[in-house]
Amino acid sequence: MTDRAFAVVRAGALTTVQDLGRTGYAHLGVPRSGALDPGAVRLLNRLVGNVGGSEGAAVLETTVDGCALRPRCAVTVAVGGAPCPVRVDGRPAAWGTAVRVPAGSLLEIGAAVRGLRSYVAFGGGVAVEPVLGSRSTDLLSGLGPAPLAEDAVLPLGADTAVRTPVDAPPWPGPPEELVLRVRLGPRDDWFTADALRTFATRAYRVSSASNRIGLRLEGPALDRARPGELASEGMVLGAVQVPPDGRPVVFLADHPTTGGYPVVAVVREADLGAVAQAVPGTPVRFVPVR
Amino acid sequence: MSLRTLRVGDRALLVELAGGAETEAFHAELLRRRAAGVLPAVREIVPAARTVLLDGVADPARLAAELDGWEVGALPARVGEAVEVPVRYDGPDLAEVAALWGMSVEEAVRLHTETEFRVAFCGFAPGFGYLTGLGERYGVPRRATPRTAVPAGSVALAGPYTGVYPRSSPGGWQLIGTTDAVLWDTGREPAALLTPGTRVRFTVAGAKGGRR
Repeated sequence: MTDRAFAVVRAGALTTVQDLGRTGYAHLGVPRSGALDPGAVRLLNRLVGNVGGSEGAAVLETTVDGCALRPRCAVTVAVGGAPCPVRVDGRPAAWGTAVRVPAGSLLEIGAAVRGLRSYVAFGGGVAVEPVLGSRSTDLLSGLGPAPLAEDAVLPLGADTAVRTPVDAPPWPGPPEELVLRVRLGPRDDWFTADALRTFATRAYRVSSASNRIGLRLEGPALDRARPGELASEGMVLGAVQVPPDGRPVVFLADHPTTGGYPVVAVVREADLGAVAQAVPGTPVRFVPVR
Repeated sequence: MSLRTLRVGDRALLVELAGGAETEAFHAELLRRRAAGVLPAVREIVPAARTVLLDGVADPARLAAELDGWEVGALPARVGEAVEVPVRYDGPDLAEVAALWGMSVEEAVRLHTETEFRVAFCGFAPGFGYLTGLGERYGVPRRATPRTAVPAGSVALAGPYTGVYPRSSPGGWQLIGTTDAVLWDTGREPAALLTPGTRVRFTVAGAKGGRR
């Protein structure tokens, strides 16, 4: 019987298991979690044949420097997200398409050439035990599997795929500039008219303190129109929260479910995938839309 | 009941209410309507101190218009058993809390065990409930310097709330005791012992009459 699993040879800076997230438990304080670029997850799963309800199968999300794995069984993989070199037993293999990896060979996902996070999908998906309906690693609350560590062995699901040709749309590439469409509110009335003008017109930069919880920004501070504290309230993905230092933080997948700082605006979900690949220093502009 | 709905992005609404009691009543009404199948699909219903967030809504404008016409009464009658949480009242901040309340430690413990609490909302960490019942009169400030590690099971106070730390974490609440109750277990349904709307009583662990 084939051992459907892979061993971790090199874990990389931060490699986690991610699917489309752990929804439905925010009222218990459980973050949504899930891949920062869900579009990449769906595409890569289609490429390896995880279709018909399996497009949210669990994948690996790397950070900056990739990882290396040794599958114990022959497996079809696809690497996408941030472009990076892919090697099988030292030989170059294709990025952005399905690749057959023989049992026992070394699969190397190199450092991102552009962008930050590469994704690795497997035929059958990563089959760690789900927690509250998801296999995602939640770095805020510690739910789900631990980040990859050297010598760890992770199970793979049964590969029942009937592979059909998939047209992979060209990857747009990491953004030179992040243009984030936002809807103002719910707490835009906590900020001065000047602050709202600043928010909508000035350029920010991605801070190196950004992570899966939030995109932290450097740039002009947003002044409040009123003193006092906001009572904690529910937070959504893409919320632009403004802590007392006035620098906006965009909430990403592992964001807390409630927060006490006012949310000036919310980023459109469709624009958040690009955030996954924004390296520190990337210029950011917020564009309010109705 | 007066409520204000605020748009939150393209798929969510934040419903703002006059106070904590109104928020708990509105949340209970949402759950009642969802159970009865008369609420449009909502992915997450997240109550908080004075708001309820409705996330993953197909048509937020339409739902907002519908909410405006709702009649929400007082909290529904208390049904079912309260969850009982046995506590060893041995927290390092208990004496300070009693002093803030202007009473002895024994009186503070009696006040805490004779109060019926209700989980208003969860947040901070999975399974961490904000329990109301003491009222603003017995509100206490957070500690000036948060502790870097509060042990799991710590029963703690901040503002008008009582909470129990589901696992060890940094924290600035005033620690009044410890419980062995399992606050969070992902193998259980629901995973949280203290879910929003649950009634809760704290008892003195091991004491005669502690089990009611």
